[in-house]
Amino acid sequence: MTDAFSGVKVLDFCWVAIGPMTTRYLSDFGAHVVRIESIKRIDTIRTATPLKDNQPGINNSAYFANYNSGKQSMALNMSNPKAREIALRLVEWADVVTENFTPGIMERWGLDYHSLKKIKPDIIMFSASMQGRGGPFSNHPGFGPVLTALSGHTHLTGWPDRVPTSPYGAYTDFLLPRLAVAAIGAALDHKHRTGVGTYIDMSQLEGSLYFVADALMNFSGNGKVDVRNGNKHPFSAPHNAYPCKGNDRWCTIACMDDVQWQSLCRLMDREDLIKDPLFCDTHSRKENEEELDLILSEWTREKDAFQLMTECQRYGVPAGVVQTCQDLFDDPQLKDRQHFVFLDHKVIGRHAYDGTCFQLSESPASYKPAPLLGEHTSWVCKEILGMHEQEIEDLIKSEILV
Amino acid sequence: MLANYRVLDLTDERGILCGKILGDLGADVLAIEPPLGNIARRQGPFYQDVPDPENSLFWGFFATNKRSITLNLESSKGKTLLRTLIQKSHFLIESFRPGYMDELGFNYKAVKTINPSIIMVSISAFGQKGPYSQYEATDLTGMALSGMMYLTGDVDRPPVRVSSPQFWTAGGASGAAGAMIANHYRLKTGKGQFVDVSCQQSIARALSHAPQIWDLEKFNMKRQGPYRPVGQVNLRINWECSDGYINFIQPGGHTGGLSMENLSKWMDEKQMGAEVLRTTAWGEIGFGRLSKNLLDQMTPPLETFFKTMTKSELGQGAIERRILLFPVNDTKDVFNHPQLLARDFFREVTIGEQNDKLKIPGPFITATGSPLSSFKRAPTIGEHNLEVYSEIGLTSPEIDRLVEESII
Repeated sequence: MTDAFSGVKVLDFCWVAIGPMTTRYLSDFGAHVVRIESIKRIDTIRTATPLKDNQPGINNSAYFANYNSGKQSMALNMSNPKAREIALRLVEWADVVTENFTPGIMERWGLDYHSLKKIKPDIIMFSASMQGRGGPFSNHPGFGPVLTALSGHTHLTGWPDRVPTSPYGAYTDFLLPRLAVAAIGAALDHKHRTGVGTYIDMSQLEGSLYFVADALMNFSGNGKVDVRNGNKHPFSAPHNAYPCKGNDRWCTIACMDDVQWQSLCRLMDREDLIKDPLFCDTHSRKENEEELDLILSEWTREKDAFQLMTECQRYGVPAGVVQTCQDLFDDPQLKDRQHFVFLDHKVIGRHAYDGTCFQLSESPASYKPAPLLGEHTSWVCKEILGMHEQEIEDLIKSEILV
Repeated sequence: MLANYRVLDLTDERGILCGKILGDLGADVLAIEPPLGNIARRQGPFYQDVPDPENSLFWGFFATNKRSITLNLESSKGKTLLRTLIQKSHFLIESFRPGYMDELGFNYKAVKTINPSIIMVSISAFGQKGPYSQYEATDLTGMALSGMMYLTGDVDRPPVRVSSPQFWTAGGASGAAGAMIANHYRLKTGKGQFVDVSCQQSIARALSHAPQIWDLEKFNMKRQGPYRPVGQVNLRINWECSDGYINFIQPGGHTGGLSMENLSKWMDEKQMGAEVLRTTAWGEIGFGRLSKNLLDQMTPPLETFFKTMTKSELGQGAIERRILLFPVNDTKDVFNHPQLLARDFFREVTIGEQNDKLKIPGPFITATGSPLSSFKRAPTIGEHNLEVYSEIGLTSPEIDRLVEESII
């Protein structure tokens, strides 16, 4: 079986989340990805928790490992001017160069698209940055978690009477790699057919706006500024997370029409509510939502969340347990899809990586553990660059291959 | 970039983003709608709040860069036409309940018989098979089962979803990635394949390191309101200012150190400085290594300072001084964000019977070498029937007859 991207060579300057997640899709599907890293400028998430035995160490982070499975790691200290020459030789080898530094860094190293194109005219280069190249905020530094503040997600998450919360983590950093992979795939296709390379500039902010587009359109079309509203839905009730038996246990229930509501009433053994003028149609249920939520909460409070979900589903009522991370590992559907993949990492040992969120029938993903920092330096120097042992040692001594 | 490809987009409001992404990249995406219009057109918000299939602002964004044809898939003539379209296309995307394509007679096996090189992408809540595959799902129940809700919200209230739906668009984005990965396989082998997307997995893969923390530490991360748990402390991320909120965090390390020093100087300029901000060696404090004691001392002066200015003043000042502080934009702010305006991100399209002008988000990348095609507004129902059905070889009288018979 051939891998989808087998034969595709990627020189990867990415770091932290959005970049490495993008190139991980490439390596999962068979691309040869060489990550450029340096002990002199350690990728922030190499030191981020969770760590093996909770001990600091550049090879101990399962966070890093999860975004870098299947890649090779080459140590190259870009702050040394001589490193550029080695990087350019790798550009000659590569089909695709990827990076997500603050705009200005690749330029400072002389590795901007124009320079790369001179060395390799058909190169594909992918750049992601917080707010894109050009424009007044282009060079402003920042990390993924702030993007939901700029995009409007944060303003739309939480309770109307409180300070907004944010969707957990660097949320949009995990969605945008899928758009990035589609764009890189399109550029590879274009090169395959025409021999012409592409430079792709992705503003993480702009891509994030795709995931809040309905609210943006409501402002654009109607001048309305949507506000966070807990779990409420404008045209549906009940629509909330309801308390269940146990500590901080919840099950969501959403009735999107009267039929689902009537089924729920039957399940609750409360057929009287079907005809009750307070709850008989969506409009009245929205009007009396607080009372409705109280009735439901009383009913759910002593129930097991998973049993409640199963019962609702049997009645055709949309319901889902608010799952903890622990629950995800036990989730029968995720197990069936092999969502978590356990791989043996040289330092961390056997631990969980996320599998892909789509299954390909002919060229499925295959997974290898993440590399240690510089694990493949010698291999890359010999096999790709044709260096001799002595040359490699010298470059290590002069702090270039570190 | 993808101008050579034709995409049949059978999705409703659930998988609709997938085709939009391929359309942005230049593919000829045909939204195939039932004769009365795609169910996604019933999705609000509606232009001027008038519910009408041609007024859906949801459709108005997610169907840009697509053409529209109508086709009754449940009629036998409609099926024949779909077979012809499948023969002449490169991708087929759908987001029906798992099993429905089978009932129609168009599961992957059947589609493959018609066109062995086609890539079929199925987007569903939980995947085509497995114990939850037939579960009813909405954005809310999906976000719950994916693990995102438990991590989001205030600690003393129920977990929350994002008030703008995320579950299906996350899956739509996965579908586009899967389609283009499968496309590369086809470039090399000539073979098509089936791409089975799970929205649940699409969100479960967006939980940062929370699943790995469970795996290694057997600790369940939990919602913390406007705070973010880092190391031994909860760092505040969202703060009040005079007209709303801003996002500010002390991220540690070199970049974070400079940011704190610059903020301290700015506060000094405004006679609102604090000794603790001035004297701490911020650059030497790693991410998450802030002590509880230092955090308690630094918080009150910051709170006071932020409340004296608007989010826009704070945001602009942060840019000038390289401080890691950002406005918490609402949707109105987004349309006025200087960087988005400078990059000409928004596009103008027309909507409604009067062809009113409307600003909408533009394409998600810029590309040189192989530039993107021109930006097209969302189509009206069956706007391209004549055009597309002629392209696949039907004559005008044949098309008229299909209209009469309510096939298209």
